Amino acid sequence: MTTNVKPMRPWAASNRDRALTGTSVLLSILSSVIVVQLTPMKGKLAYFAVFFLSWLVIDSLFTIRKFGRKGIRDALAAKITLLGATIVSMSVASILWATLTKGLKGLNLAFITENMRNASLFDPIGKGGVLHAIIGTLTLILISIFFAVPMGILTALYLTEIKGKASGIIQFLVQAMSGVPSVVAGLFIYAAIILNTPLRPSAFLGGLALTILMVPTVTRTSQEVLNLVPMDLREAGLAMGATQWKTVALVVLPAARSGLITATILGVARIAGETAPLLFTVGVFDGYNFNPFFGGTGTLPTVIWGGLGGGTSESVQRGWSAILILLIVILILFVLARTLGTRQFKKKQA
Amino acid sequence: MSVDTPAKVIPAARKITTKPRVSDQIFRVIVTAFSFSALVILSLIAAFLFIKGFSTLKEQGFGFITNFQWSVTTDDAGKEITHFGLQAMLIGTVVISFIALFFAIPLSVMTALFLTFYAPERVKKFLITIVDLMAAFPSILYGLWGFFVLMPMAEYWAKLLHKWLGWIYIFDVPQPIYLRSPFIAGLVLTVMIIPIITSVSREVFAQTPLDRVQAAYALGATKWGVIKAVVLPFGANGVVGGSMLGLGRAFGETVAVFSVLNIVFRTNFQILFTQGGNVASMIILKFGEAGPAEISALMASGLVLFLLTLFVNFIANYIVNRTVKSGR
Repeated sequence: MTTNVKPMRPWAASNRDRALTGTSVLLSILSSVIVVQLTPMKGKLAYFAVFFLSWLVIDSLFTIRKFGRKGIRDALAAKITLLGATIVSMSVASILWATLTKGLKGLNLAFITENMRNASLFDPIGKGGVLHAIIGTLTLILISIFFAVPMGILTALYLTEIKGKASGIIQFLVQAMSGVPSVVAGLFIYAAIILNTPLRPSAFLGGLALTILMVPTVTRTSQEVLNLVPMDLREAGLAMGATQWKTVALVVLPAARSGLITATILGVARIAGETAPLLFTVGVFDGYNFNPFFGGTGTLPTVIWGGLGGGTSESVQRGWSAILILLIVILILFVLARTLGTRQFKKKQA
Repeated sequence: MSVDTPAKVIPAARKITTKPRVSDQIFRVIVTAFSFSALVILSLIAAFLFIKGFSTLKEQGFGFITNFQWSVTTDDAGKEITHFGLQAMLIGTVVISFIALFFAIPLSVMTALFLTFYAPERVKKFLITIVDLMAAFPSILYGLWGFFVLMPMAEYWAKLLHKWLGWIYIFDVPQPIYLRSPFIAGLVLTVMIIPIITSVSREVFAQTPLDRVQAAYALGATKWGVIKAVVLPFGANGVVGGSMLGLGRAFGETVAVFSVLNIVFRTNFQILFTQGGNVASMIILKFGEAGPAEISALMASGLVLFLLTLFVNFIANYIVNRTVKSGR
């Protein structure tokens, strides 16, 4: 005869506890409605505040009954930290909701298949689009990848493979570099190149400015990934008689491949929406410009910036729709980076 | 008769050397050279901003930091008279950043504690994704959101603050105009720096030595007891470091602040009033119609901003590196 011992879980919430929690929430909602109706306090803020305060009080009363006085502080701490997390999530929800509702209004086929050559920001919605800016942003991203990824990965290799004397300083400088304000990156390119050489604002210069912002992200993430590659692999490579160069190129880098792609994607996500440096470096153009070295280029951030600055409802609407597109691109990159990142992690666990 | 003994061949001793092969030497030189790119870029930034801003720095001297006037006028003889002073902008930047820290530190620490100790596994994953997502939002999105969504709400909050706390100088206003104030800019920055402070705090809290946590539980502590007695004392440095990283970000933020702040060259501590300053935003505000003299002044402002953020970041990273051992 076998008996299945049912595990006792004394800490798990019983039905009674759930009922009490439900009651306290209901009571708090009720009291918040009553208080807001009876007193001169008005508005969502009042509802939120009264609800939270009365929930604190009512639930604390229940807590005293169950856990005694000592439990109160813990219960209060749990609720107050929950309040912090709620406010943070609410701001994100508000941002996403605003972008979605306001952006969708101005989105149509023309908006993603045409340029602004024959339309102005102030024309009614439906005329002209931002394809030129999408292409411009992609060009900038490619240029930044071309410079920032080798730079970032090689720096990470120095920190993880060579571990030279300067490692500490370089690590520190890379961290400091990630704090460089984006506007300074733009000013620097303007001061160093546009004021000194015949080169005028173009996609290439914008890409250079973004490179400065992208390198630290790529370096840091690649460094983390390369540190995850097991030492055994390196030792195995060296024991087979491979030189360090061959070990890195044929063993370490392939092992970290998906992580390095993640690093690149995170870097791209970091720079895709940067606006301030582009105001100094890419110029303005309403049509397609496929020459990255000459002439202004339209990019999504600068189009949004122009739309916001335009001030009329049509131009602002274009700004919102463009930022919706930008946000979708960033979200896709974000999800890609996450899935690639977790796959790497699982592989390591196995 | 003797057995033929074959001549013993003694191989020459293999040369053992620790000298790397040529290919390795090339590899090392290339990697080392590239690893100095951070140093090169940072020094180039400082050098070029200094060269281009030198004329302003020389002309205005120390007044560049302490004056608050910003004007280019031409006198009767056709000579340009320039006044460039950053005082109002620097103080404005600091005021806005401290408003942001005032709200962001408690919110971030609360969120980090909730994540580490109170949240169920699923909620935890979801919240971590949300915080990471916040860090990935471009600043222009925060600007648009701040202007069109947050500002109407925050105007109401500002009125409430003024109504109840107006007798304190900083909550007083000379005229009842509450839009585009340092308070609102500070709120936008709050949302922008929350992910930085939260993720650093979370990392530090998660590294609290497990034996100490378990010892506290074994002594009968509640979760809050553990947090108060073990986690917060252990993680305090990390929170400070994370906050300084957030401060560095807040100092350098441009587009989002520009969208929600009315930039005026007058030192103003009344945070609810529609008048503020911010070095980074001022640069893009003035850049459009700037003449050569003003461009030089803007470069000098950029240099000041660069050195300021670099300084804050150095301290922040020093603190964080000492506290957080893994990652970063």
